[in-house]
Parts: sequence; structure tokens; C-alpha cells
Amino acid sequence: MVDVAEPMLASRGSPSREWQSDFIVRVRSSAEYIVIPLFALAVSGLLFSLFLLALGKSPLTFFELVNRGGFGTAFSIQNTLQRSAPLILTALAVAIPARIGLVMIGGEGALVIGGFASAAIAIPLVVAKVPPFLTWIVMVAAGAAVGAVWVGIAGFLRYARGVNETISSLLLTYIGIAVMNFFVEGSLRDLTNPNKPSTMPIGDNYMVGKIPGTDVHWGLAVGLLLAVLLHFLMSRTTFGFAVRVSGGNPRAALAQGLPVGKLIVSCCLIAGACAGLAGFFEVAAIQGRANASLVAGYGFTGILVSFLARHNPLAIIPVAIMFGGIVASGGLVQRRMDLPDATVLVLQGLTFVVLLVSETLYGRFKIFQVQGAADRT
Amino acid sequence: MAYLNLSRRTFLQGTAAGLVAAGSSSHLAQAAGVTIGIVYVGPRDDFGWNQAHAVAVKALKTLPGIKAVEEENVPETDACAKSMESMVNLDGAQIILGTSFGYFDPFMVDLAKKYAKVEFRHAAPLWDASKHPKNLGSYFGYLNQAHYIDGVAAGLCTKSNKLGFVAAKPIASVLSNINSFMLGAKKTNPNAVVQVIFTGDWSLPVREAEATNALVDAGCDVITCHVDAPKVVIETAEKRGVKTCGHNASQAPLAPKGFITGAEYKWETIYKGYAADLAEGKKLPNMTSGGYETDMVRNSPFGAGATEKARNAATAAMADLKAKKPIYVGPLKDNKGNVVIAKTYDNLDPFLDQMNYLLEGVVGSIT
Repeated sequence: MVDVAEPMLASRGSPSREWQSDFIVRVRSSAEYIVIPLFALAVSGLLFSLFLLALGKSPLTFFELVNRGGFGTAFSIQNTLQRSAPLILTALAVAIPARIGLVMIGGEGALVIGGFASAAIAIPLVVAKVPPFLTWIVMVAAGAAVGAVWVGIAGFLRYARGVNETISSLLLTYIGIAVMNFFVEGSLRDLTNPNKPSTMPIGDNYMVGKIPGTDVHWGLAVGLLLAVLLHFLMSRTTFGFAVRVSGGNPRAALAQGLPVGKLIVSCCLIAGACAGLAGFFEVAAIQGRANASLVAGYGFTGILVSFLARHNPLAIIPVAIMFGGIVASGGLVQRRMDLPDATVLVLQGLTFVVLLVSETLYGRFKIFQVQGAADRT
Repeated sequence: MAYLNLSRRTFLQGTAAGLVAAGSSSHLAQAAGVTIGIVYVGPRDDFGWNQAHAVAVKALKTLPGIKAVEEENVPETDACAKSMESMVNLDGAQIILGTSFGYFDPFMVDLAKKYAKVEFRHAAPLWDASKHPKNLGSYFGYLNQAHYIDGVAAGLCTKSNKLGFVAAKPIASVLSNINSFMLGAKKTNPNAVVQVIFTGDWSLPVREAEATNALVDAGCDVITCHVDAPKVVIETAEKRGVKTCGHNASQAPLAPKGFITGAEYKWETIYKGYAADLAEGKKLPNMTSGGYETDMVRNSPFGAGATEKARNAATAAMADLKAKKPIYVGPLKDNKGNVVIAKTYDNLDPFLDQMNYLLEGVVGSIT
């Protein structure tokens, strides 16, 4: 995307002009990636307002409630951040494979199976009274590894057998959920809980707490950190460069001697680990056990977030927070405006469609087209 | 037209009385603006569990001074905790009713600790005085009693003596409904057997339709179910031309020809009780439960599928349940031949909440 690795190529002239024009090039070519999505958001807001008017409801009230419920009070902001925490991680699970040209939508399965793995491995450790910190390390390792394998399978099948990764990762999601249900309703079931099949609870002492001073769990901090790290990995390292080359043209990449297969599988492993980590936090920060509540659709919402962020790890952060805010305020909208829950889905859907359509606008406005910026991918 | 005859004196009297009332009882003043927050796991019009609650909330809203704020489709994750907190913080809710099983632990338990002045009540028998905060509690209805009534009626409506039961998961509350339905059917028709198919999850519409068709193909001519939203089962059975008994809320509109009756919760008894307690400034009970004897469950009005005999037998059986006549008269064997219920148990006996077997008379397996 906005790659500025070689500023010297941008222009040739006196040093000061060079710097100046390079700066303008950077600003103008980056601005396209900010102005167009904002424009698309405004258009979807407008379309949604028409929808509300057709229902006889006030769009102003709606946006006021979204603001109040999602961002207006200290409670609302924490509510929003809490809801965006899993979305950042599951969006990363889509964005990283997307960089190498894969439409991988199996984050939900990796989250569920990763969360289940960390809950399952915690049980003997909790029984043996291993200190919480060590237990968490093992849980994280198990969750991330199992999640990584889950998406990795789809990546491997893509590379080795040419299996469509979108279909296989989606199907693996259902297998993952079924595997968890099999154990949770069978050998690992907590028999003291006759009405909701779950694994044994890990107990309060083993719960990953909240970020001090807030009501938000550590999954948010880890998600932010990973988004920044992965952005660095994808835009500032040879690995990231090789991934983008392979994503652009796998045959050319192969001809260049790039290990495309390894790159594909690595991207999928990273993606799965992110989703598995989200599963770990669902277990260790929220549920305290693995059960069907892990299947909450975070993996699927993550797809939306990643697409809206144009698979840019850094852009995932604001988009995930925006989504978190919309979901957080959805309840207030339901309660105050007497609108059904699906209203918020309509807004999400409209936003998604308008943003996808807005993709066609890139490169069409002269104002963003600066000579020398054209070859920036 | 007495109201129009308002002199200055009567006006002053009235205002003064109002002020005194408001001053003397802060509880009453508070009750004038009681806000109750209700959280549902699915849509409010699902013809099932959520609708049953929503119907009760609608009744609650008609009471003066009660404001109810509702939120639907809230998953059993921290989303439910946040929705409830939002009701407390942004709507000023004084009672929060969580209607889905998974809301309780850890979410409502933690919230009750965090918001000590707000009353939290949850729709499943999970509250434990020794472990949980005092501003938390449970309420639930013994729906198996209403399924028993379904059985009593169904036993007299079947010709093939085969009754079909589409069930979600083999957990205690589901098994209790199946067993009670069978015992009801046996009471009026000793030859009746109940054939059960578990779909494996609470909401699997395709598999529910398949299970219904399979049961009808196997000769069942009355179908009932225990899944989240019985719509698919009831509609499929109606299409196949067999009779149906409902579950959770009234599905009578879905089966104009074959509907016999259905097992329904009567949550408004409990909800109105809470509202009344708050209005009087009384502490809300921590545990509210019961069946016919306390008016917490009911059966849907008889549909076209119910024969005259079935109606009479069911009505008589309701009177029996109101008089606390036991359903589980021991000794009873499971369908593998082991005695699992050695003696007669009271309808609300906790022993029956731990059911993990299908009784003799039920065809099917929980493993």
C-alpha cells in the first residue's frame, strides 16, 4: 500500500525541492487512502439515514445514540474497546493471508479451536496448582499453535493441492467447532454443570485480568501491539516484501526464486496464531472455560474489519474500534428507538458494500495523482 | 365529570397529599420510575424461549410506573455483560433480567458484585446462597409440568400410539421434559411410546426439519419438541399433516389444523411479582421457581388438533398439578431396564433436576 521505501526515486531536483516535492507526493498519495474511505463512510451514513427515514425514525437520534452508546461516556468508550479487542486479532487473521493473495475466512474456527486448546491444556495445570503466569504461557502457546495449525492446513492445501482456501478455511471452521463440541460434551465435560456443556473452569486466580485502571482485558493491548508489529513485518522487512511480491504474482515470485509455498504457509500460521490468541483471551479473560459461547462470530466480523481496513494491519485498529462502537451502541439504539437488532447489521452491510464500491474510485482523482507516486504499490 | 369540578381547594389538597406521599415513602417515589432491563439471546419473535419472555415483558410494560428496556440477540459473551452495564449506566435500570443460561457465570455474577445496588435476576436455577451475591438471584418455571399436560392430551390424540419428540441436547432440563411428556401420554394411553431424536444443538433448523420428517416417516402422528425456536418443527409437522404440541411460547398460529396444546412459561407471574416487590420497597426474592401450583407455567389454549376427550383429560391433569399431585411416581426404570427413580418424588424435588436418563417408554438414546 503506502510504501515509501525509496523516496529518492520520487523526484530529481535541488535537495530542498526534492524533499518538499517528496513530502507532497507522500501526503497526496496517502491522502487518497484516507479521503476515499471517509467519503464512503459518509455515503453509507447518508444511505442509512434514508433507510431510517423510510422507517419513520430520526437519523439524528440514531447518530446521537451511536455517539452516546459507543463513544460518549467513559463507560461507552471502554465498552467499545472491549468489543473491538477480539476483532483486531481476528481481522489480522484475515489481513495477513490477504497480503499474499489468499481470501482466508477461517478465523472463527481458529479462534474456537485455539480457545478450546488453551482451556483444555489449562485444566491439568490448574489442578497441579502451577503458578498462573506459567499456565498462561502454556495456554497462549497452545492456543496460538493450534490456531496456527488450523489456518495453516488451509494454506498448505492451497499451495500443495490447489484447494480453494476460502472454501477449505470456512469448512475447517465448522470442523473446529465440531471438535470443540465433541470434547466439551464428551470427555472434557465439567459434570457439575449439567445444563451447559463446558470444560472445567480455570478459576478466578487463573483469569487474565483487566488492563489496570480500565475495564478492558489485556487482549486489546496484545491486539494493538500485534497490529503494529505485523504492520512492521509486512511493510519494512524482506519477509513482508517477499509476501507482497508473491501476492502480486506468484508465478513471477517463483521465477525469482522466492519460496512461495513457505511464504503462504507462514502467513497462514501467523494468521491462525492471531485468531488462536483471540480464543485464548476469550477463555482466559472472559469465559473462564471453553464452551459453545466461543462461537460468537468474532471470526466472521473480523473478515469485514479486515476488508474495510484494506488488509492494512494499522488501519485495522481504527476500523475495529469503529465496529466495536457500532456494536456497543447497537443495544442503546434498540432500547431507545425501538428498532430491531438487525438495524445495526443494515448499517454494517451498507458500509461494507459502499466501501467495496469505493475501491473502484482509487486512481481516478487527479488531485491524488502525483508523478512519481504511480509506481508506489 | 367530577374531574372537571376542580376548585382551588381540592387542587391544593390533592397536591399536598401527593407531596406527603412522595415524602413519606421514598420507595414509592422510586417505584414510580422503576426501570427494568431485559436481555435476550435471540430475537423477540422467535416463537420460542425469547418470545415467551418478551410476551411477559409486554405485559409488564402495561403496569403503571414500569419502564422496560429490552435488548435482543445478545450473545453469551462479555457482550451480555456490557449490554447489562449499559442498561444500568445509561438507562438507569434497577433490575436486570438475564434470560439466557450462559449469562449467569461469570457475567452476571461479576456484575452483581460490581453494582451492589442493582438487582440481577437470571432465568435458570443457578443461584447459590453460599457462593453468590445477595443482589443476584434465579427464577425459572418447571416447564416439564406443562409438557406432562401436553403428553396427557397427546396420548388421547394419537392413532398410531407413537409420539415424536425433537430435542436439542441431552441435558437435564430437556430430558425432564421428554420423560414428563411420556409419563403424561402413558397416563391416558398406556400403549403410547415416545420416540426422541436429538439434533445436537439449540438452533439447527435444517436438522430439526429432518428430524421431524424422520419421526413422521417412522409413524409418529403427534410431534413435539424442545429446541430454542420450535417454529420449524411445528410447521414441518403441520405440512406433513400430523398433530403437534408446542414448547416455550404459543405456536398455535403456525399449526391451525394440528395444534393440540403447548408447554408455555408464564414469566409474567414472576416479572409482575418483582415489580410489585419493588413498588412496595420489599427485597426481591433470590429464588423464585415453580410450576402449575404457583402459576408459573401454563399450556397454550387448545387448538383444532385436540379432541374433546383430550381437552377434558388435560384440564383435569392441570387441576392435579395445581394440587401438587406428583408426576414421577416411583419406582421407574430407564429405557435400559435400570431402576433410576426408586420412590415417588415431589414435582419440585431437586433430585429430578439432575436427570441423565430416558425413562422406559421413551425410544432413543442420550449417548
